[in-house]
Amino acid sequence: MPNPPENIPQLVGEIYRTSSRSVFATLIRLLKDFDVAEDAVHDAFKAALEQWGEKGIPSNPVAWLVSAGRFKAIDRIRRESKFDSLEQHQIGQTGAELPDASGLIDKAIEDDMLRLIFTCCHPALSLDARTAMTMREVCDLTTEAIASAFLVTPSTMAQRIVRAKAKIREANIPFEVPMEHELPDRLGSVLQVIYLVFNEGYYASSGESVTRVDLSSEAIRLGRLLHVLLPDPEVTGLLGLMLLHESRRPARTSSKGNIILLEDQDRLLWDRGMIEEGLTLVEQAFSSKPPGPYTLQAAIAALHAEAARPEATDWAQITWLYSRLLTINPSPIIELNRAIAIAMHKGPESGLQQIDAILERGDLADYHLAHSARAELCQKLGRTNQARTSWERALALTQQDPERRFIERKLSELRP
Amino acid sequence: MKYICLGYMNEEVWETLSESERRTFMDECFSYDDELRQNGHYAGGEGLQEARNAATLRWRSGKVSVTDGPFAESKEQIGGIMILEATDLNHAIRLLSKHPSLRLGLGGNTWEIRPAFDLTGFIEDSRRRRE
Repeated sequence: MPNPPENIPQLVGEIYRTSSRSVFATLIRLLKDFDVAEDAVHDAFKAALEQWGEKGIPSNPVAWLVSAGRFKAIDRIRRESKFDSLEQHQIGQTGAELPDASGLIDKAIEDDMLRLIFTCCHPALSLDARTAMTMREVCDLTTEAIASAFLVTPSTMAQRIVRAKAKIREANIPFEVPMEHELPDRLGSVLQVIYLVFNEGYYASSGESVTRVDLSSEAIRLGRLLHVLLPDPEVTGLLGLMLLHESRRPARTSSKGNIILLEDQDRLLWDRGMIEEGLTLVEQAFSSKPPGPYTLQAAIAALHAEAARPEATDWAQITWLYSRLLTINPSPIIELNRAIAIAMHKGPESGLQQIDAILERGDLADYHLAHSARAELCQKLGRTNQARTSWERALALTQQDPERRFIERKLSELRP
Repeated sequence: MKYICLGYMNEEVWETLSESERRTFMDECFSYDDELRQNGHYAGGEGLQEARNAATLRWRSGKVSVTDGPFAESKEQIGGIMILEATDLNHAIRLLSKHPSLRLGLGGNTWEIRPAFDLTGFIEDSRRRRE
């Protein structure tokens, strides 16, 4: 059905929202440069706005945009090569053709999206740089929006992106999906970025509010995209983990913005839709090969989600999952979480012994949650003085306003 | 979003250029400006005359004082401003980093990019106060 010309801007806008990243990714492969490709995307959509009204809407708009972008880029490089002969070599390299059959095009475009994700998350880039690149190039957020989400100045974020692109160019980081044998490591680097973005939105490491919704939903969107492109069990596990955490968001804070702990949350506020989806994903992820760290964490989140009341939580199973997680991924924070699970399962005394052992090693001496957890257990055991000392230590270490208020409330409840 | 670009030019470098080098330089700059215009990225700009033709206003002892200048010590003076329309700071950086003026005498020119400050909110608040 032919669209009347006045619908063209709307249609182009729609295609921009759904497909501009795919067009961009394919153009990076064809043009071998992020910046050249970014200009080409702009040119291609501009050409669509100008030409589709008159010439009609192409049968495969994405392929049309890729091809238009590529021609415009070659034009631009020719024009600019008057001033800069360095870029001339690129013209010769843009010969790669898109296959005609549309099924092949879709596959090629999906692969390009994966290439884009793996390149932005290349382990040769720092975690900060990877995160910035992923947010900007894959999620299409502006430098200013990313800067404000991560609480840095736009100029700092802009430099980070400029340097990351320069590194990709200078170190010749290939625009490729890694080979099978490299995949676990390289995928780990991608999942780490996605989970960092999610946590930054979910726990917001500093500042006024506990949560920043946008980053968490961006991370879930990325997780969904990756899950479609590369359904590895750990990708499935991470997506499930994020959804199960996200399902609790409405119950995590009071109307005043204060923290509500898992055991005190109104479980009716949990998002059932997200829980159902999360549980299905965890089941899928768990059914293949030995479960990886994200799948194990997702399974723990699933056990919480399945408990209608806090007392119904299967702490024995959770303790077992934490032990497995520790064998793959030895970390004092996981050890701390296991200690808390042990406390719930076998009583506060056993948990406290574990936490004291961790703190004695000095590993988590400056980690406020370790002291908060210790304080809670001491309180349960009626050791008020010890509880007060630990709450005060936690208060001195926390940097987040809602957490500070939470601890202050706990301290005021301790008064005899 | 608008980005205001302040172009600082080193006059001493400009003085060293021959007439034909200056012509080539200007052709390159104006041709790139045209490209920015065609792509909808050029939202305005002006070249500035020398600072010695400037007037400076200040509030002094209860009245406006007008002086000439400024006569800065620095050889680098703002020689022009340009307003870019770009999606974000990195886009503005990319557009401007291709501007041929940057290469004047191999680095006789610097550009400072300042994101426009959106005053709309302040203006609306103020309008409400005045009503």
